[in-house]
This record gives sequence, C-alpha cells and structure tokens, in this order.
Amino acid sequence: MIKFDDVSKRYPSGQEALSHVSFQIDDGELAFVTGHSGAGKSTLLKLIMQMELPSSGQLIVNGQNLNKLTRRQLPYYRRTIGLVFQDHQLLFDRSVYENVALPLQIAGYDPREASRRVRAALDKVGLLSKEAQNPLALSTGEQQRVGIARAVVNKPALLLADEPTGNLDPELAAEIMGLFEQFSQVGVSVLIASHDHNLIARMHHRKLRLEQGRLIADGSKAGAH
Amino acid sequence: MAIRPEQRARSENRAATLQAPNTSLLATLAQHQSAAVDSLHRLLHEPLGTSMACLVIGIALALPLALLLFLQNLQSLGNGIDQHSNIAVFMQERDPAVLLRVQKMVGTRKDVKKVSFTTPDQALQEFQAKSGFGEALATLDKNPLPPVFDVQPATDKAEEVAALVSYLQALPGVEAVQADIQWLQRLNAMVVVARQLALLLALLLGVGVILVIGNTVRLSIANRSAEIVVVKLVGGTDSYVARPFLYAGLWYGVGGGIAAVVLASLCLWGMSGPVSRLLASYDSGYQLSGLGVSGSFTVLLLAGALGWLGALVSVLRHLRAIEPR
Repeated sequence: MIKFDDVSKRYPSGQEALSHVSFQIDDGELAFVTGHSGAGKSTLLKLIMQMELPSSGQLIVNGQNLNKLTRRQLPYYRRTIGLVFQDHQLLFDRSVYENVALPLQIAGYDPREASRRVRAALDKVGLLSKEAQNPLALSTGEQQRVGIARAVVNKPALLLADEPTGNLDPELAAEIMGLFEQFSQVGVSVLIASHDHNLIARMHHRKLRLEQGRLIADGSKAGAH
Repeated sequence: MAIRPEQRARSENRAATLQAPNTSLLATLAQHQSAAVDSLHRLLHEPLGTSMACLVIGIALALPLALLLFLQNLQSLGNGIDQHSNIAVFMQERDPAVLLRVQKMVGTRKDVKKVSFTTPDQALQEFQAKSGFGEALATLDKNPLPPVFDVQPATDKAEEVAALVSYLQALPGVEAVQADIQWLQRLNAMVVVARQLALLLALLLGVGVILVIGNTVRLSIANRSAEIVVVKLVGGTDSYVARPFLYAGLWYGVGGGIAAVVLASLCLWGMSGPVSRLLASYDSGYQLSGLGVSGSFTVLLLAGALGWLGALVSVLRHLRAIEPR
C-alpha cells in the first residue's frame, strides 16, 4: 500500500526532516510512526498526502508513483486517502452531517447514495444521533470521531492519522484506537503518527520509530498478533 | 530545494487509476447548484456589507449608464426635428414678381430639391396659431414678418449645403439665411463625441468594478482559508474550490447591476418632469425613454459577467497560494 524507497526531505531552511527512509506497509496493515516531536512524523505523513514533495527518493502509494503525480491528478489521488487530524479540522459553519458529507459532495456522489454512506460512517463512530448538531456543540472526543467519520466516508484504501489522540484522555484515546483497529480488520491500511507510548505499547502492532529524520527501529511484525 | 506542489509538471501522463471519475451530469449540476445557493446565502447573511458592495458597483455602473441614456434621448430628439432641417431664406424684397423670379431661379438648381414660399400673411397666421402670441401680434398695426423661402437641399453633405447657403446669401433682396442643418449636424457630432466619452468612462468604471469585486472576493478567500485547506485535503479540485467564489462574484455583479438600473431609472424619473416642461415650451410632446426591459436585462447580464470576471481574477491570484502545509 505504501512504499518509501530511500526518501529524504530537506526543507528550504536546510533542516533535514527525513533522511534515507525506506519501509513498506501492506494492504490492511496497521502501523504506528513514533518518535519525539520534530523527529519527522508529520513530514512523513505530509509526503504521503503530497502536502510536501520529497527532495529525493521514491514514494509509491496505492500503486501510484507520487513523483509522477501531476497537479491535476492530485485531488483525485487525495480522494483515495482518509486523513484524520490532531485538531480534527471540522468546519463550524455547518452541521456534523454536512462535515462528514463534504468528501462525497466533492467527489460528486449522488445525494441519496451520499446520505446512505454518511449515516453508515456516523453510525460506525456512534454519532448518528448527533448528525444535525453543530460540531461546536460536541465534546472533544466526539469531534475527533466526526473527523474519523469524514476520513472514512469515502471508503479510502488508506487511512492516515496525525496524533489522533493528542488532545484526548486515555480512555477516549483507547476508544479511538479501537476504531482504527476495526478499520484495518476490514482491509484498510492504517498509518498512525503518535508519541503516546503508553497507548502504543499496549497495542500489538508494528512500530516505525523515527529519530532526527532517520528510521531507527522497525518493529516489523515483532509484536503483531 | 523543495519543489512546491504548484510547480508540479503538467504532463498529461496520467495514471489510469487517477482519472477524473465519470461524475454524473446530475451530480455536477447539484455541485453547481449548491455552490450558487451557498454563496448567495453567505452574501445575504451579511446584508449590510453585501448591500454596500452592491451599491458601490451600482453607482459605478449607473454613471455611464445615465450618460448613455441621456445621449440616446438627445439623439432621438434630434432625429425628431430632422424634417425641419431645411434652409430658411428671409427676404427683404417684398415685390411678388421679384420673389417669384427668385423662387424659380433657386428651384431649378440641381442641389435644391424643393422650394416653398411663405407669404408674410401666411407666416403671421401660422405664428398666431402655434405660439400663443396671437393677442400681442394683433396689437401690431403692421405685419413684422418677412416673406420666407423654405429651401430643401437635395444633398445632406455639409460642404454642398454650405455652398448652397452662401449662394442663397448672395442673392439680391435676401436679408438672412438660416440653415438648421448645421446646428443639427453639430449636435449629432457632439453626441457622437459624448458617446465615445461615455463608453470610455464605462470601460474605466468597468475595470473599477472588476477590481472592487476582486478585492471583496479576495477578503472572503482569506476568511475561508481554513476551509479551503480542508477541502483541498479531502480531494477538492481547483475548480471545486473556486466555484463558490465565482458565484459570489456573479451575485455581486447582478446585485450591482440591479442597483445601477434602479439608480439610472431614478435619475431619469427625476429629470423627466423638468425636461417635458422644457420641451412643452418648444411645442414638443417628446417623452424621455428609459432602459426598458431588454435594456435592463442587458445591464444585469453585463454586470454579472463583470462580477464573475472580477472573482476570476481574484481566484486565479489568491486561491492557488492557499495550499495545505
């Protein structure tokens, strides 16, 4: 699903955020990217989202060589990925339902089909009863779950999450992680950047550890299952 | 050196998996409808700011519009008196035999189409009937009006008419020659010049409208940058992101067009009273003509197009700069 081949990223400031990183994530695999802040976790996700371009190396996501991606293709590429933000990035000028429906509206879904999918996604995260509310009226944990519903409503093959539990207490964080595990069980590849060591340690999944832009440990399959 | 996404090569070499999906026509229409309705809602949600912007646009458009309407009226008024554009020859000579000879002489010229003669008595009767000076004229013991030849030139070329006028002036017994056509030609020439000026003004103010709308749209792009980032990250294309702003520009333009039509009509309405009194004193029943339905519709269409163009300028300049980081 994801293949990093000797990828480096150097910012114009000269800071090397990632240096010669290579790894591969399979279809349906759930993996964590860990490391201190500034270790390169966010840069790694930004490269996958094509918010940044690598300085060198090759990146293949879902069979697409990202070096060959054109500006016109970029939106269609991004539709194949679900993205969960630390601060959920919901739009407060519209309801929960409309927030979740946004990717479908953009992709031009038939409104009835969209409605069915939005309700399914909201049901999955347990917020179907709150579809008409404004996200501002929800708790932080609920807002994050709306963000997850929006990320998965388009049925992406890959789900990325950047510190999805950063603002949540341990109980809510575990709940959110449980959701991600469920998605990976139905075949979605999930990559989660997090520095919540306690939580990650309790979950038996692959861990990619970054330090100063280098991949220093790949707990490949070690703790899995 | 990092390559920014906007520097991406625009090669046509696309991966098969990433081609634009065959979005149904219905879904595309639904997207347009929701963008149009949504942007209208946003504008109506801020009635004060929106009406101020529309009024600014309206005033800028009403100025050349009112000027063009005025000129149009002036020209049709000029056309109305075209038939009177003959040369009047006022005679000092009162001997009927001499006058008859003059009439024959002038009437046989090639550049003269027709010569008609008005005796002082006929002129007096006509004058009394038309101008309402009947009583004042009746007190005069002698008819002060001269005999008049009404010469209709066979040509409408200015220099030929001028030659005819100087010939008529040189005739014996002529007191004065008055060529209406000259001032009419001058009037028409002035209207043409003024129309050019009005169009130039319209062009300048049209550019002004584009800039005003462009700036308004730029502010709303800045206000919604967070939303734009999210939309781009969940796969919104450039045209999807631009659409609500383009519709907003269209609405601003149409709103400004409505304001301009109303303002210009108010100007005309305010002028119509004094103008018809003025014209009535010249025995003319001329009525000022307004924009009409099709004229108003054209103004709305043009204003909408200007608004869309203004938004497009702004979108092209500012939207690409907002990329997720």
